[in-house]
Amino acid sequence: MRRALNSFIESIPSSGIRKFFDIVAEMNDPEVISLGVGEPDFDTPWHVREEGIYSLTRGKTFYSPNAGLKELRDELSLFLKKKYELSYDPKDEIIVTVGGSEAIDLCFRAMLDPGDEVIIPEPAFVSYKPCVRLAGGVPVVIDLKNEDDFKLRPEDLEAAITDKTKIVFLNYPNNPTGAVMEREDLEPIAEIIKKHDLFVVSDEIYSELNYTGRRHVSIASFPGMRERTVVVSGFSKTFAMTGWRLGYAAAPAEIMKQMLKIHQYAIMCAPTTAQYAAIDALKNGDGDTAMMRDEYNNRRRYLLKRFRDMGIDCFEALGAFYVFPDISRFGLSSDEFAKRLLKEQKLAVVPGTAFGDCGEGHLRISYAYSLRDLKRALDRIEAFVKCLP
Amino acid sequence: MREKILELLEKNARMSAADIAACIGSDEKSVEAEIARLEDEHIICGYHAVIDWNRTNEEKADAFIEVKVSPQRGVGFDQIAERIWQYPEVSGIQLISGAFDFAVLIEGKSMREVAMFVSEKLSPIEGVLSTSTSFVLKNYKENGVVIERPKKDERLELS
Repeated sequence: MRRALNSFIESIPSSGIRKFFDIVAEMNDPEVISLGVGEPDFDTPWHVREEGIYSLTRGKTFYSPNAGLKELRDELSLFLKKKYELSYDPKDEIIVTVGGSEAIDLCFRAMLDPGDEVIIPEPAFVSYKPCVRLAGGVPVVIDLKNEDDFKLRPEDLEAAITDKTKIVFLNYPNNPTGAVMEREDLEPIAEIIKKHDLFVVSDEIYSELNYTGRRHVSIASFPGMRERTVVVSGFSKTFAMTGWRLGYAAAPAEIMKQMLKIHQYAIMCAPTTAQYAAIDALKNGDGDTAMMRDEYNNRRRYLLKRFRDMGIDCFEALGAFYVFPDISRFGLSSDEFAKRLLKEQKLAVVPGTAFGDCGEGHLRISYAYSLRDLKRALDRIEAFVKCLP
Repeated sequence: MREKILELLEKNARMSAADIAACIGSDEKSVEAEIARLEDEHIICGYHAVIDWNRTNEEKADAFIEVKVSPQRGVGFDQIAERIWQYPEVSGIQLISGAFDFAVLIEGKSMREVAMFVSEKLSPIEGVLSTSTSFVLKNYKENGVVIERPKKDERLELS
């Protein structure tokens, strides 16, 4: 029989999170607890779910326009303006997608010519590099450092730029580090991007989970940046709606037109029920987001304190719902540490290397868990490190 | 700091001062002192577990009783309320707006015990005009906690 598969696809490795997930699944041990999830532990607010149900009872069971329901795009336009001072025309600059993940895929496919380079600061979420490669681009990694609080430094960006560079990818607040880039951190980055005539794809899915006390800053809001930036976000983290699979992108009309074409042919439209629910989330979900943010912040402070009390260095993560402790002093690789922690203390966490080579020496710890669960899990880490030399 | 401590304790009264301190970015001693003040000021009035007695062997019968009274000159409703709350069977009493004046929550051992309480103790109180008793058939949610079924984490272990 002929080979069924595309050899390039075959050459792409499966996700480091997935690999570890398989180990946990194989153990099939009910005693195992996890700090490994990348989704909120909160249920979708009831009024949002109710709105989805109501849309079904009214028979709203058809395709929506390709770009998404007009009312949802109108609300998104208002939301982006109100929250981040971003101005996008709901008519032709906003698209509703199947999760932020689809939006990221659309950006790369719409913007990259074969061989174009995309700069990706790592540690980074697992999907970016493969998506760039699937779109024919070449990922160029910048290793971020713990001592820089995992922020992208202008000099490192400058050094990574070649004449093939087309896109700089940003994800702040960051998964897996929890790092945040503030206005003064982003300003010099924006200057370099303009100087070299580059574009930005900015994954701001965690924008509402920011514990700096200041509001999230989007690089697209800087002068001269709107025309060269695609902002990607979604409902999963802000409104605890992961399973609804709903995200969006905002971009200048010219770029959006091409993204929409891919979406039109590959996806048609995002789920209609989810879109009706999302309208309500945007209109009435502010209080829910604030409640979740306060709760995450309590847990974040709790975790940082516990790690520091254990003598484990953990930089002050100010966003998302992850901390990224440095476990290098125990002389184990991230992978070994995570595997032994799983075997000896029955606690699953994701090794930092799942997010790039420079994640070595770190673990990603999610705090999308109740304080009670976090306490139990941290006790296990404490017991584990006590036994290490 | 006060409000933050109260919010955390309202959700979990057993949370230790050390854990509260870690969550709000304070230290254990200050949190302990603040909790002591909140207790002295009677802002924290008690700590209770939320219990689903139906899962135990203990027999229970709860009832809401709406009570209509004629308030007395000078002392209004408060004096009648006090005559009602003194009974240990009464676990809660509120003055309410609407057709009735008090909502009284009774926790008894059996329906018969509750019925006896209403007919022999509550109704004869001077000023009580009428009562309407509703027995609790099933408890779904109490103090913000869903009693009916424990919450299960349905997420993938890693994602």
